Amino acid sequence: MMSALTDLTIAEAGSLLTKGEISAVDLADAHIAAMEAEAELNAFITPTPERAREMAAAADASRARGEAGLLNGIPLAAKDLFCTEGILTTAGSHILQGFEPVYESTVSENLWQAGAVLLGKTNLDEFAMGSSNVTSHYGPVKNPWGRAVGRDLVPGGSSGGSAAAVAARIALGAVGTDTGGSIRQPAAFSGIVGMKPTYGRCSRWGIVAFASSLDQAGPLTRTVQDAAIMLRAMASHDPKDSTSVDRSVPDYEAALTGDVRGLRVGVPAEYRLDGMPAEIEALWQQGITWMRDAGAEIVEVSLPLTKYALPCYYIVAPAEASSNLARYDGMRFGLRVDGADLTDTYESTRAAGFGAEVKRRVMIGTYVLSAGYYDAYYLKAQKVRSRIGEDFEAAFGRCDVLLTPTAPSAAFTIGERQDDPILMYLNDVFTVPANLAGLPGISVPAGLDREGLPLGLQIIGRAFDEETMFRAAGVLETAADFTAKPPAL
Amino acid sequence: MTGAALIKGHTGDWEVVIGLEVHAHVVSESKLFSAAATTFGAAPNSQVSLVDAAMPGMLPVINMHCVRQAVRTGLGLNAKINLHSVFDRKNYFYPDLPQGYQISQFKQPVVGEGVVVIDMPSGEPREIGIERLHLEQDAGKSLHDQHSTKSYIDLNRAGVALMEIVSKPDMRSADEAAAYLTKMRSILRYLGTCDGNMQEGSMRADVNVSVRRPGTALGTRCEIKNVNSIRFVRQAIEVESWRQVEILEDGGSIDQETRLFDPDKGETRAMRSKEESHDYRYFPDPDLLPLEFDQSFVDDLRAGLPELPDAKKARFVSEYALSEYDAGVLVVERETAAYYEAVVDGEGAGCDPKLAANWVISELFGRLNREGKTIAESPVSATQLSGLIKLVEDDTISGRIAKDVFAQMFETGTDAAAIVAAKGLKQITDSGAIEAAVEKVIQASPEQAVQFREGNQKVAGWFVGQVMKATQGKANPKLVNEILKKKLGG
Repeated sequence: MMSALTDLTIAEAGSLLTKGEISAVDLADAHIAAMEAEAELNAFITPTPERAREMAAAADASRARGEAGLLNGIPLAAKDLFCTEGILTTAGSHILQGFEPVYESTVSENLWQAGAVLLGKTNLDEFAMGSSNVTSHYGPVKNPWGRAVGRDLVPGGSSGGSAAAVAARIALGAVGTDTGGSIRQPAAFSGIVGMKPTYGRCSRWGIVAFASSLDQAGPLTRTVQDAAIMLRAMASHDPKDSTSVDRSVPDYEAALTGDVRGLRVGVPAEYRLDGMPAEIEALWQQGITWMRDAGAEIVEVSLPLTKYALPCYYIVAPAEASSNLARYDGMRFGLRVDGADLTDTYESTRAAGFGAEVKRRVMIGTYVLSAGYYDAYYLKAQKVRSRIGEDFEAAFGRCDVLLTPTAPSAAFTIGERQDDPILMYLNDVFTVPANLAGLPGISVPAGLDREGLPLGLQIIGRAFDEETMFRAAGVLETAADFTAKPPAL
Repeated sequence: MTGAALIKGHTGDWEVVIGLEVHAHVVSESKLFSAAATTFGAAPNSQVSLVDAAMPGMLPVINMHCVRQAVRTGLGLNAKINLHSVFDRKNYFYPDLPQGYQISQFKQPVVGEGVVVIDMPSGEPREIGIERLHLEQDAGKSLHDQHSTKSYIDLNRAGVALMEIVSKPDMRSADEAAAYLTKMRSILRYLGTCDGNMQEGSMRADVNVSVRRPGTALGTRCEIKNVNSIRFVRQAIEVESWRQVEILEDGGSIDQETRLFDPDKGETRAMRSKEESHDYRYFPDPDLLPLEFDQSFVDDLRAGLPELPDAKKARFVSEYALSEYDAGVLVVERETAAYYEAVVDGEGAGCDPKLAANWVISELFGRLNREGKTIAESPVSATQLSGLIKLVEDDTISGRIAKDVFAQMFETGTDAAAIVAAKGLKQITDSGAIEAAVEKVIQASPEQAVQFREGNQKVAGWFVGQVMKATQGKANPKLVNEILKKKLGG
């Protein structure tokens, strides 16, 4: 019974709850047990089993009163970047030691309002800076798929703990954030669905900021349908976030018609990288065939500035981060290391509180904003960013969605690529452009590599056209019929 | 350029060039990007929101009231309003700056070039250019005197909206700078966009000073930070310009630097040099969209502007035939101008405008100043003052008596007519009574009568005085003169 409950999709669990065949408390207990059993994955920084039981009981009670929300009784995990009232919130960083917010992020609050149950706060790369979840102060997360190959693999990042929790059947879904691929890439590495909405679709209020103009919350789930259900609950216009957009939230689930006849699916030539593994290329071709077979029209499109996307991202994101992270100064919350004077206190606190990758990006960001370098780096990057957006607009003149690989490889071994930041940054080559352009993107598990590790394909949609993106992703999911699971313990 | 007061150095004349950056707290219930209150003098850290304290994940949301205030101020400064402007982050570390950056406007301010007319004692108007006005957050306050080894931080002020109003380097003397600040404060107070209270720090100025030989290129400037009274601005300019002249005349050169004015020692001191200056790493704040509004937004605000000092002054001159000087004095404060207008033609009031100006400026202002009272605290209302002036106008009392009556009104708040009636101060206009008094004085002073007939003007005045004395000042002076002339010839 336990394993059956943790194997459900959100849609299936919702249906069983509605029929009264299971209770939210049953679901919570099964997942709490799984969370405890899978402790070795290090997917959670702060498990909240007691909170989960309380919320589940409350969910059952409100269902009994006939007030069940969209996610009533659904146990979810939340990336530890979402501020949660009264629960330790760390951003995976030592510098937020002991920080318990007195407020709840808008997105998580929306989920709880819909009746969802919090299982715990999941591990992540420090301040969401990373693609392998190895930069966390709380240690690396293990990808449950490592058991298939007998090595400790990364789950991807930065939402690595969230991806691992969903893949390992600890949570029915998880909420993550995606700044340059931090939902989609770990989803691809973990054989699950990960979706980044259009910039402005979900409020950023209460999410620890990494790069404000790129950060966006999104769901990690096991099916496209579940992602559609979760996004509907998460999304809202929030007057507390000036960049949140005042548009009604559609019923994304209803968009999953399974029909893509006549849909124009764009294939960007520039995503064909030199040295890309043949398996990735083959999977991409397979995806194209699936979509064509389903009645879609395949269109070759060009995104000429693709090769500049990664360098552009690694200027814009660190620039914003260097400023966003200035508030971690040891003065009001979190870690403080007292020094001889004010400057010494700042330096000691930040030296002890930030890890190497965060320091690297703060340094890069400070450099590109400095007098004399601003025009050559930051301003130039902003111009490139605008041009990348124009490239997408031009492409969407000829197609309705884009189909690309999600990541240039499958999950790699923990420790690999650690000493080469550039190689690590390449993980995001296919995901970063959608963040720069603010577009919605979704990764769908589409196959296994020769070692038996999952690979993902990505659908990118027009701004605020998540519905078409979901429709195409649903068809891709059906065609791929990905049923593989990471080996259980 | 006119109005230049040159410094006479021992090697020749020097011209002072001054530009001012005025930091004005916006009158607003809540802060620029948060809903926290802005009341001055509240208990430390009692007006701090999660945004002001820069808690993780908190985001700024623009307070449109502050934007309206900035646009209204721009209109009051005859300035270009930018329909598109951008908020930038100015990055630096300090404990009273929780975000680690100040949200400000760097490249694209909400208000562009404008002009302020300053009133100089010479009477000739001078135009001072406005470079820009932008909105920004104030920082909190560091309290270094509360503990022997610790500094305390009060974040009540953190995030309060400031307007930074930057002038062009158009001023040429401390007097002009003082006149500019006086005018700026007057305009801001008329608009209700800043209370102009320099003691409470609602308005403070950074003063840029350089010197040069007349007609040559601009010299290197020093910026004197945070000067908090007009008197100190004046002193700081005097001291700093002389300091620079002395250095240059000794063959030295001026370092561009930030300085502090010490009013106790009467000197300016270097704070930090250009080399040590911060690199603020300005960039557009990604948490905020560009600030955009349309022309109708501006037009609506323009339509709602009050009459401003310059327009009011011009109207007082044309409508009430006042001198430029009197009109200028009356319009400095909106409340004063309103009081004056109420005296002249308020409901239940009405009197001669010139007479009213004299009474308001010399008698009322003089007394209020002595008592340290504001116009709002005046014990004599505009209607009451008007009543007094009317008694003078219709010869019920003389101007001399009126001053005594005014003094009593100020003490007791009683109407002029009541005081005149109660004390029997009504002027004697009965020529028979005056003739009798004149007759008595002439009989008592035969020698002076002779001198009067010989045309001695001094004695004429003496006779008037004697008659007035005999009537306790109540005789109509005009009638006294006439009757004296009739009786003594002359």
